[in-house]
Amino acid sequence: MSREITYAEALREALDYCLEQDPDVYVMGLGVPDPKGVFGSTVGLQDRYGPRRVFDIPLSENALTGVALGSAICGMRPVLVHQRVDFALTSFEQLVNQVSKWHYMFNGQMAVPMVVRMVVGRGWGQGPQHSQSLQALFAHIPGFRVIMPTTPHDAKGMLIAAIEDDNPVICLEHRWLYGVREHVPEGGYRVDLNTASVVRPGTDVTLIGVSYMTVECLAASLLLEEVGISAEVVDLRSIRPLDVERILESVQRTGRVLTVDNAHVAGGMSAEISAVVSEFGFDQLKVAPQRLGFPDYPTPTSPALADRYYPLPHEIASKCAEMLGRSEIFKPPDLGDRRLDQPNATYHGPF
Amino acid sequence: MIKDMLRIRMVEEAIVDLYPEQEMRCPVHLSIGQEAPAVGVCSALGTDDWVLSNHRSHAHYLARGGSLERMLAELYGKATGCTGGLGGSMHLTDPEVGFIGSTPIVGSSVPIAVGAALTAHLRGLDRIVVVFLGDAAMETGVVHESLNVAAVHNLPVLFCCENNLYSVYSPLSVRQPAHRTLSDLASGHGIRTISGDGNDVEEVYEIASEAHWGISQGDGPIFIELSTYRLREHCGPNFDNDLGYRSEEEYMSWQMNDPIERLAGKISWNERDTVTQDIRDEIEQAIAFAKASEFPDPEIITYPVYR
Repeated sequence: MSREITYAEALREALDYCLEQDPDVYVMGLGVPDPKGVFGSTVGLQDRYGPRRVFDIPLSENALTGVALGSAICGMRPVLVHQRVDFALTSFEQLVNQVSKWHYMFNGQMAVPMVVRMVVGRGWGQGPQHSQSLQALFAHIPGFRVIMPTTPHDAKGMLIAAIEDDNPVICLEHRWLYGVREHVPEGGYRVDLNTASVVRPGTDVTLIGVSYMTVECLAASLLLEEVGISAEVVDLRSIRPLDVERILESVQRTGRVLTVDNAHVAGGMSAEISAVVSEFGFDQLKVAPQRLGFPDYPTPTSPALADRYYPLPHEIASKCAEMLGRSEIFKPPDLGDRRLDQPNATYHGPF
Repeated sequence: MIKDMLRIRMVEEAIVDLYPEQEMRCPVHLSIGQEAPAVGVCSALGTDDWVLSNHRSHAHYLARGGSLERMLAELYGKATGCTGGLGGSMHLTDPEVGFIGSTPIVGSSVPIAVGAALTAHLRGLDRIVVVFLGDAAMETGVVHESLNVAAVHNLPVLFCCENNLYSVYSPLSVRQPAHRTLSDLASGHGIRTISGDGNDVEEVYEIASEAHWGISQGDGPIFIELSTYRLREHCGPNFDNDLGYRSEEEYMSWQMNDPIERLAGKISWNERDTVTQDIRDEIEQAIAFAKASEFPDPEIITYPVYR
């Protein structure tokens, strides 16, 4: 019995479930109760749970982060929603100095059960300040859990687990995943916040995808299959803690690892994964760990420039072939009506 | 209240005496001279109320009833300290008496207090939240954001602003325009304000009691501005008059206005002697406890990064 819903609906179901289960859960964020409901992920929740538990906020991200913290240490379970990662940067002071450290610096006397959802933008001219994907910044801070669910199933299960967790969780959601549909169970279920997920088994090379890049890795694995290369695709999904065990297990099988991060390469998660694999799995490696991600400049706005910014399946596949000492160069996709600044041809801006 | 102020003063002076031993290896922002806002406000609170504070928090913590032994042990970095040696002087906490915590980033504890007040509001609890902030906190964006949030949700929070005129060595005159008060800023957010002499503990108590009553009645947040003065250096045990950032005349006028000496006539010398001796004994015991306590053992401690 298949019940297919979108990633956005899966997130909404997770919030709905938690609001219903636990009276201490509340959801706030700019636009949370508005007609569009944060790209559909909060639609209808205020009607169901009322304005005391689901509410809009002043444009004061830093203060509301402190408010969430203050309420969390007093027993509430807040979910704070930002429509872009970039907007949440004004709250970095509260997040880094207070939220991540409160449990530690008061010697474990107060728990901080709160979730901060942030959306990663892409395409349609999102540009330098609407498309940053800063998981490495958050993952650098002890005290945070950082998750980036890729599938609707994981989005719902991880968000429920995050809200029920007694630690602060940063949940980064890629805007282009919101329309993805798959079977998602009804009711409550949890997906472990500590594990990566092997979404396609393989033997020749391990592709580790971060968030939307997992989708691109899967597309690349199909290209590779055509030329007889078997790629294992791992959806990282848990950014901190890193599932080192599962990563090493995969590398042991393939001897090759290419991390495709939805972020800049320098100083990012792909650097961390390469380091971990080199430190603990060096003997298993047939070639040096490789990385793909965003170039070392902010996102450009023009579609002509943005087209060159993001790793694409054919580039991922070509890199894999190179790692296997093969000469295949994969060609750019035939897009048809679609441009590279939209996830599919039906998906029009602005978004 | 004079006894409470005297106790805080004597604790701080004990720290002054012991600090040169270099065994308290953390920054200390002493409350000497600023005892009245802490004592006057905390005396007006109920047992269920919650308090948050900033870097200069010893007086707030003690006035709220925080454990002296655990505070001193914390300054000595001991396992018996109120945060087990993880926080130090700038991270005091005693949840049992409703002192949620202090953190030193200026302005940064203010939204957290508003969040605590939101909890009281959402759960319909009969309690208010007090947050102590200084004059410089009024220059931070997050405090204005927090005042706005408290106002828009009509939250039960008392913003207690101690204006001691200086942010480290920078006087108010180079930081804020002369024609505007700190209370004006809070008023601009639609919050009721009350100003008073922060070195007059009875006046502080009356103001805080009135504010507490109003907030408890559901009147929403109130901002009180209390003028006071730090008699020692910003951070550390010493006087810093030699630096010349504040005039001798100004300093002397505030010293004449010492909140404890102003009340000296209200307590007989005999009584003061008895009280002083009791406090001295308590402090000596607490220091002995702190010094005798073990350091946290890095070999066995589980760092509480995650729950």
